[in-house]
Amino acid sequence: MMTNSVSQPTNLVATPAAPAGVPRRDFLRYTGAGAALAGLFLAGCDDDTDNVDTNLLDVGTGDTGILNYAYGLEQLEAAFYAQIKNGAYYKGLGASSAEKQILDDLALHEQAHADFFKGVLAGNAIRALEPDFSKINFDDRSSVLTNAQAFEDLGVAAYNGAGRFIQSAANLTLAGKIVSVEARHAALIRDLRQYNSFVASDVVDVFTPSPTSTMPGVGTGTGKERSKRPQEVLATANQFLKAGSRLSATSFS
Amino acid sequence: MDLLKLISDIEKVDPEVYERLNPRRRVFRHFGLAGKAVTAAMLPGLVSGIFQRAYGQTTALTPEIIAVLNLALSLEYLEFYFYDSGLKATIPTQLIPATDRPAFETIRNDESGHIKVLREVLGSAAIPDPTVSAFDYTGGRGVLPGPFATVFTDYKMFLGVAQSFVDTGVRAYKGGAPVLMPNKDILESALNIHSVEARHSSHVRTVRRAVEGGNPSNGTTLAGNLSNLNKIPKSWISGIDNGGPSPDTNPSTRPVYDRGNPEAMYPAESNTTQAGANIINTAAGITAVAASEAFDEPLDPTTVKSIARNFVKSTTNLFV
Repeated sequence: MMTNSVSQPTNLVATPAAPAGVPRRDFLRYTGAGAALAGLFLAGCDDDTDNVDTNLLDVGTGDTGILNYAYGLEQLEAAFYAQIKNGAYYKGLGASSAEKQILDDLALHEQAHADFFKGVLAGNAIRALEPDFSKINFDDRSSVLTNAQAFEDLGVAAYNGAGRFIQSAANLTLAGKIVSVEARHAALIRDLRQYNSFVASDVVDVFTPSPTSTMPGVGTGTGKERSKRPQEVLATANQFLKAGSRLSATSFS
Repeated sequence: MDLLKLISDIEKVDPEVYERLNPRRRVFRHFGLAGKAVTAAMLPGLVSGIFQRAYGQTTALTPEIIAVLNLALSLEYLEFYFYDSGLKATIPTQLIPATDRPAFETIRNDESGHIKVLREVLGSAAIPDPTVSAFDYTGGRGVLPGPFATVFTDYKMFLGVAQSFVDTGVRAYKGGAPVLMPNKDILESALNIHSVEARHSSHVRTVRRAVEGGNPSNGTTLAGNLSNLNKIPKSWISGIDNGGPSPDTNPSTRPVYDRGNPEAMYPAESNTTQAGANIINTAAGITAVAASEAFDEPLDPTTVKSIARNFVKSTTNLFV
């Protein structure tokens, strides 16, 4: 069953993860020794300006927060695929064409995901978000598919990067049930744009075998998909949300 | 010594340094520094200790985590040697055509990377490399002529077996993930492998549409056929895909898509109820097919092993 409101364990140093590239000053806050080290070493560091939008909707804390985070991303995807149907590109597709089937399926899957999260979150759900797709030309195949790929790849990286924050096994499994479907979508959209690009170095740390060995596991890289933490994901997602609908995830930083 | 510059320099060669220094890895917790002042005199020992812990093995793996990771490693070996054998198969002609060789080289290499990752995490607990000689990709367990005897001479057969392997892998990682929750870094590594396996599955299914559907150069031009899911599947799993590529053979591919045990935790891929909520008709057009496609399902390790055991020689201990 869902565990929607699990309180955070009390642990003074169990602060959330610092994403790679976090400003130095912020990084120190994550460390138990932060205060003391800052006093000793901060002199001379660049002062980073915080980009604060005071009007952000926060997804909340605990598993409810992660589910709301997923709900926000799924709302965005569902709205995107719904909007595609109003554009000349989709309207020009043959009734039995592969691309029409693909886009119809993606619209249904993402709507199912969004509605599912809305239902399980019930009274704890964030409100319906207003997308801003003004940068996307829905009449143009390339614009639609480029953005579809971006949304799908972002979704996979987001679920992968959120897994460590999930507290209940049931919710982890739910996220796992959805992320692999998002990965299937991402791979097919990439193949649509460029055949055989289902895995590439922008999303996966590709493995290159050692030229002197045919043994498995010998080479550089890992074959692992790259995760993205909520801050990084939302910086991108918020570009497609109107002011007042943009999200933050302050307890998962 | 400037610790911040040191970390910055390390980041240039190891972009994951912040991740390694993450308090969730308990690097800092071991020092009991929460809320305490750090004096300059403590720093040299503190800093060296921090990096030792960040880059060293910090926690022992539980038997449960080892079991999940070794099952994953076994599946990765099964897949690596399968794709590697396919790429090397040239009798009577090259099995994998030029159009698809880059894709299967990518997939084989990804599996090799996954083997590397799992070995590193498992350390001395990793199973030894079984080598290609452990496997029987005909499905005959090394004693019978299996139903997939033409797997390395008939490209369609190869693709059907490939789909079964990769879909088993996706379900196995999904089923194993909750066991890994105590170690967030290992969990995340497994999730990062899981989604790559799903990308592989999507592409193998696209290639099957291409080859079975008559446009071998590009499967994205061919719609999935809900009346012939065995051969012309979508890039995602519809219901139980009518039992998969080979439902009526022994071994059958049906268990790859069917319910696990217990069913409540490991339902069939045709499942349309999530966390107690019905998915069908939650919005216009969400049929049972769409509802099942929108969610993949996990599989339990016993069922995973029973599927994979058909493809190793009965004399080995893999998947027992």
